[in-house]
Parts: sequence; structure tokens; C-alpha cells
Amino acid sequence: MNMLPTIRTGRGRSDSQVIVVENVSLRFGGLAALTNVSLDVREGEIYSIIGPNGAGKTSLLNCINGFYTPTSGRITLGGDEIARLSPATIARSGLSRTFQNLALFKALSTIDNLLLGRNLKMRTNFLQAAVFLGPTKREEVKHRAAVEEIVHFLQLEAVRDEPVGQLPYGTQKRIEFGRALASEPKIILLDEPMAGMTQREKMEMCDFIRSANEMLNVTFVLIEHDIGVIMGLSDRIAVLDRGLRIAEGTPREIAADPAVISAYLGVEH
Amino acid sequence: MSSEIQFFFEVLLSGLLTGILYSLVAIGFVLIYKASEVFNFAQGAMVLFAAMTLAGIHGNGVNLVLSGIITLLVMVLLAFSVERFILRRIVNQSPLSMFMATIGLSYFLLGLSQLVWGADVRALDIGIPDDQFIVGEIMIDQFDLTVAAVCLILVLSLVYFFQRTRVGLALRAVADDHQAAISVGVSLHKVWVIVWSIAGFVALVTGIVWGARLGVQPALNLIALKALPVIILGGLSSIPGAIVGGLIIGAGEKLFEIYLGSIFGGATESWVPYVIAIGFLLVRPSGLFGNNQLGRI
Amino acid sequence: MFYRTARRLPDSYSAQLSIIGRNEDRIIAALTLLAVLTLPQFASPYFLKALLIPFLILSIAAIGLNLLMGYAGQPSLGSGAFMAVGAYTAYKLATNVPEIPIVVDFAIAGVMAAGVGIVFGLPSLRMRAFYLAIATLAIQFFIEWLFSKVAWFWNDHPSGVVSIPQFSVFGIPIDTPQKEFYLIGIIVALMTILALNLTRSHIGRQWMAVRDNETAARLMGISVRRAKLSAFAISSFYCGVAGALWAFVYLKTLGITSYSIDVSFKIMFMIVIGGVGTIGGSFIGTAFVLLVPIFLSTVASALSLPISTGSIASMEQMIFGLLIVYFVIVEPQGIVRIVRNFHQKLVSWPLNVGR
Repeated sequence: MNMLPTIRTGRGRSDSQVIVVENVSLRFGGLAALTNVSLDVREGEIYSIIGPNGAGKTSLLNCINGFYTPTSGRITLGGDEIARLSPATIARSGLSRTFQNLALFKALSTIDNLLLGRNLKMRTNFLQAAVFLGPTKREEVKHRAAVEEIVHFLQLEAVRDEPVGQLPYGTQKRIEFGRALASEPKIILLDEPMAGMTQREKMEMCDFIRSANEMLNVTFVLIEHDIGVIMGLSDRIAVLDRGLRIAEGTPREIAADPAVISAYLGVEH
Repeated sequence: MSSEIQFFFEVLLSGLLTGILYSLVAIGFVLIYKASEVFNFAQGAMVLFAAMTLAGIHGNGVNLVLSGIITLLVMVLLAFSVERFILRRIVNQSPLSMFMATIGLSYFLLGLSQLVWGADVRALDIGIPDDQFIVGEIMIDQFDLTVAAVCLILVLSLVYFFQRTRVGLALRAVADDHQAAISVGVSLHKVWVIVWSIAGFVALVTGIVWGARLGVQPALNLIALKALPVIILGGLSSIPGAIVGGLIIGAGEKLFEIYLGSIFGGATESWVPYVIAIGFLLVRPSGLFGNNQLGRI
Repeated sequence: MFYRTARRLPDSYSAQLSIIGRNEDRIIAALTLLAVLTLPQFASPYFLKALLIPFLILSIAAIGLNLLMGYAGQPSLGSGAFMAVGAYTAYKLATNVPEIPIVVDFAIAGVMAAGVGIVFGLPSLRMRAFYLAIATLAIQFFIEWLFSKVAWFWNDHPSGVVSIPQFSVFGIPIDTPQKEFYLIGIIVALMTILALNLTRSHIGRQWMAVRDNETAARLMGISVRRAKLSAFAISSFYCGVAGALWAFVYLKTLGITSYSIDVSFKIMFMIVIGGVGTIGGSFIGTAFVLLVPIFLSTVASALSLPISTGSIASMEQMIFGLLIVYFVIVEPQGIVRIVRNFHQKLVSWPLNVGR
């Protein structure tokens, strides 16, 4: 609980690496989705992965959060090897994510979706839950208060009790982001958090990401197609093309990188 | 050949022949699932409904062929009604809701059959001789052999229909990809009516064969439930799966009952098929032909 | 009118968590409870015995199936089998270990059914939707076979149907419909509250998460296996207790035909008609399913139609079939949706809010 009081002023960016991907390859049969990809994400930064469709961006996120197991290579999270752990175990060690095509619980309300983000923190057992009064009620109230802060932060008050399946796409994206935040993770992976949004919604989403990054010191790894947004938001960027990492660097470096220009922005020449 | 081995083969054969009957019902499930992604729980009730209608009309003095044609028309009418009043209104529901609706349909048909034709057992004599003859050293029932032949002809004509006729091609297109089929001008509504009619025809054939063997009676519906483990085993979208699954279940339950049934107190056929099917899935989750969509449904 | 909404919003999260939030609804609930408590004083024994008691007992089973199917999204056609497990457990205990208080027997019956439920819930880890529904038929057929073959379960009595001994609760012999009603009423009230609590806690939320999106639930660290098996266990517990009460209080006899596949289907109809995924819907649906046959035979006799009982049974079957199709297509959320809309209208009156 008390998410916002843990505000840290200024960005806690440091040089310590929280995610290290080393020579990761992923093949489906004869098809190579990723080939010897290496990159590192530092604590407190906003790290973006860009590349044309089919470059392997989502596959890489899936490897990091344990949905796929890489064919070869190492992935460490805060120094611990995670490449062969289950998504649930990785989630428990402080990594949460959102999905390209939304993975909300459609029949449940916004509040319930957010509360499910905190599910791992709820510890009362069946008997206590059946009795409800006492420990379970205290727990529910405590987590409800924490979730309300996210509702407030993401301006979701108006849709608090609505089943999320019927809400506009942009709002659902925001709720999924809120659910990722609710588990109080150290790292959030965002898969196209702004796809299909209006310009105004994109600006708001950027604001939310940057605020969470600055105030809660959450490290972000995100995939996004809107280059304008990426250049303004990211600390560093990696470029993937056909399963290969062809560049890594600050937005300025990436914009000037000849390999990137020919491979990814090649259309402009 | 020693008499024990001979006995074993006789048991096996009789099991396989029963299995063919299960396959017939299972084929009805598969046809409908492929075209409309509906798990038609009412297939068993359709078998009963068709058999009772046929036996009822025939019992009132109409000759057998004419009764068959009238019953077939009734089944087509049923297909029309199902499309008009259920399928058309249910497209965007979850698979489970559609399953529920077909349970409702099943109850409706069971009630209707008994309301119109009564609950008594009716004999259905379709003129298959019940003689037995001996091949090698194994005794074979001519009735069973006829059933196997009927099943073979039915399957071959279904294959021909789907592979060689224009309507069949449209049906296959729908089974492959609903959206694509609609975009090239195949009418989903028509396809549903046709497929449910064919399933009705399969139900009629099944009903005739079963009715001739066991008498036409409401309990036929319970026997039709035996086709459900066949579906688990063979997958919902594979006709070969339905046939092989039916044979495995038929042979398996018979062998179990004869050789192990006495240890368990007999009459094990009610649950052994389910155990075979579930046990098989635990060993091989993708089903008989690797087409079981367990993970995706 | 009756409801006053202005300045009546909950002012704490704790207040918001209560089952009945509005003061007006509390009054309605209290009045209903009072009416129910005084009911046995003026209701006829027939009414209690033939209607209310079976209604209450089957409601427990319907709640059980609703927890599994409505909340956790796992279909089951084996409710009748779990009821049978509970009934035979209670019978063996009551006849062989009479020292145990009967109420404890009922609880153990539920626990035994829960154990069987966990075992037969294992296929749910591999199968979904109708594949699972079919797999649950396995327990139905297996249990029906088991309790018709193994005479040990009914103490080797020559007939397969045995009578239930008279029993007392806390020294009070349960020998009149009134006493039976109060006993059942207390059990139902208790189990309803427990079910409501489970569904509004994180346990229920996990069930619903697994129902709505299993993959997402797994990726968030929810143990899908635990959620599914616990739903099977709790659901079977409810069915087990209902089954024991069905034999001990309602039928006074025990035979496997009282727990056939038809019972499993009827219980599923109850929740589909009443409302899948709501506790209240379980009660409404149970009442509805019990009233249809009574309504039919009343109509038939009032019009003095020359209809045989067999025909009435067939018509009943057809009507249930049509009702299920109707509700799945037209009102998938069941009668409870209609009740809720009416309630919403009352609350917002004279404004016209909602649909």
C-alpha cells in the first residue's frame, strides 16, 4: 500500500544493470525469431525496443518474462538467471508486463482487475476468506486503498466499477498499465502501450509512464512503433531487425546510426 | 488356433463392431463442429428422434422407404429450425454457451419424441438377416457385418460429397476459415442448414442401425452418450479420429468387461470408455491425430 | 420514493465491502428474514415438506455448481455424483459411528465430496470448455456404477434403497417439517454467507480471473492449478452437503437413482436460468426449476385435460429444453439480471438510469 508516499525525487537512474540479455536465440522449428541478441537495461531507465514488424520484439519480451524459453543464451534479472523460470516465478520477483492485444479480465470491473495485479500480495487462506471478517477484510481494505491510488493516478475514477470489456480501447490499455503497476514491480515491460491511441491519449500515456518512472523509480522496457514518441520518451533504444540487434544507444545516437537508417528508416532514403 | 485365442478375437470383433456404432454418432458431432464450431450435445437426441419418428411412421402402416424419406424431411426441417431459431442468434456467444444451448435442444428433442411417439420399445425390422457364419474359426454375425458395410458406405459417400461436389467444397471452405468463406460469397446460413441436415441424415442412419439391433426406445439416448468419449479421444474436427476413436472405445470397453469386469462387479461399460479417453489424453494431450484443440478452445 | 441515494454513498472502503450496502435493502433483507423465520408457524406441513425443504437443499447444490461453473468457469455435469458421495458418506457414518453428531457427519460428507472433487478436477488442468464438461460425465457414470455395485456402501442391505434412521441435532429429534425447516434454514444461511464471502475475497477474484483469461492469470503469477482445484473442492463440498441433506431430511431414503445424471442436468439448468456467476441467481433458478413441473400439473388438472403423467413428464422436458435455449440466447445472465434491472430502476426512481 501507500504507493505514492514512496516517491523519490529525481530519477534514480544508475549504472547498475537490472536486465541483462546475453546471446539469446529463439527458434521455432527452422524459423529463427531471435539470433544472438544481447542487450542490458539499467536500473531506472526507460529502454525502448524498436524495429519493423516481425523483427522479434515481442518474442524478446516473451523470453524476458518467461513466456518463451530461449533456445540458447542467458537472461538475468538483478543478477539471477531467469531464462528457464516460469512466468509466475518471474512475476513474483518484481517484473510485470502488458500485452500487445490486451489481456484484461473482461467481465471484471476496473477495480477487480487492478486488485488482481496485487493478488500475489494477498495471503489469507480459504477459511479466513470464507469468514471474511477480520484478516481478509483488513487485507481487502488495505489493498483497495492502494489500488485507489492507482485509479487516481491514471484518472480511472469514472470507470472504477465498469466491466472493462466494454470500455474504449485506450482506456483498457491504461487499465492494463495500471494492473502492471499495482503489483509494485521494479520493472514493467510494455508491449505497444500506445497502439491505436489518439495523439492526445498517447501524450497522456507518455505522462503516466514518465511519472511512474520518476516517482516510483520503475524501470521500463517498451516496444512502440511511433518513432516520435520513442525519441522523446526513451533514455536508450535498441533496434531489432529480422531477429538481430543491429544497434543500441541514446535516441541521438540511434537517429544518426547508418545501420539503423538503412535497415529501419531506409524508406526515407 | 486355441479356443482362448479364438474367444479373444470374437470378443475383439464384437467390440469393434459396437465401436462402429459409436463412430456413427461421433461423425455427426464432427460434421457440425467443423462447419459451425458448435459442440452439438443434441446429436444423441437427434439419433433417438430420427429412430422414433421412423419407427412411429412405419408402425402406422407406411412402408419403410417412404417412412425413411418422410423422416429425412423432418430432419431437414429440424435443421432449418435450429439455424433459424438458435444458430443465427447465438453467433457471438462463448463456445460454452452454445454447448449449453444444444443441451437445451437435446432435452427438447427427447421430450418431443416421447410426447409424440410414447416411451415404449418398438421393434424395427429392416430386413437384415440375423444369421451367423464362420470365417476361419471365428463366428461372425451377418447383422454386424451389414452394419460395418453401411458405416463404410456412409463414410465413403461423405468423403465423396466433401471432396467432389460444389456444396461440399463450400462446406470445407467454411470449416477452414469462416471470414474468408463469407468474403468469397458462401452463405454461412445455408451452409449451417446443409450441415445440420447431413448430421440429421447421419443420425437417421445411426438410428436405423441401432434401432434394428436394440429396439427403438428412449434409452438409445444414453447409449449415444458413449460417443462423447470417442470425441475426446479422436478430436472434434477429425472424421478419421471419430472412426478410429470409436473402434478403440468399442473394443476397449468390451475387452475390459469380459476380462476384468468380474473383478469390478460387472457392467463397467458405463464408465470405462471415459477412463480410456481421459487416460489416453494424459499420455498424449494432443489427442489421437494431434488435432485435439484442447489448448485453444 | 423508497430509496434515498443522495449523500448515502459509502464513506470508507470497509463500508463498501459490505454485502448489503443500502439501508433500504437492509430493511428489505430483515423483513424477508423475519417472514422466513415465522413461516413454519402458519405454512402447511405439505408446503414445507414438498416445496421449501427441497428448494433450500437444492439451492446449496446450485450454489456449489455456480462457484465452479459461474465463478471459476469450469463446467461440470457431475453435480449429482458429488451429491451421492456426500449422501453415502453421511449414511455410513450415521449407521456405523453413531457417536459422531449428525451435523459433523454432514460436514464430513462435504469434505469427502471435496476430496473426490479434487481428484476428478484434475482433468480440468488439461481440458477446457466442452471437453471438460464431457470428462466430468466420467465421474457421474463411475459414481452411479460404484454405488449400485458395491453393497458395502449401503451396509449390504438386500434392496439397493435403504431407509435413513431418525436422527437428533443437539438432543432435539428432527421429526417434524418445522424442525427440518429450521435445521436446513440454518445450514443454508451459513453456507450462503460463506459462499458470498469467498466470492468477494481474493479467492473468488482468482477464480474469475482464471475464467476470463487463463493465460493472463498464469502470467500474473496466479496459480491456475490451485484456483481450479480449489473451485472443484469447494463446489463439491457444497454438493456433498446438499446430497447428504437430500437423503437425510428430504427423501428419508437413500438410493443411487436419486442422484442420476438427470439431477446433474437439473442443477445446471438452475444456474443457467437463475444466473451464472451470482449466488442469488442460484436460489432464483432453483425455485424456478422446482416450480415448472408443479405449474404444469396444476394447469393440466385445473383445465381437466386428459393428459397422462408420462406426457406431462415429456412436456416438462421440452419446456426445460426451450427455457435453456431461451435464456442462453436472450438473457444469458439469467433471471437475476431482470431482478437487478428492476432494483436499479427502484433506486434511481424517478430518474430513468440504466437500461
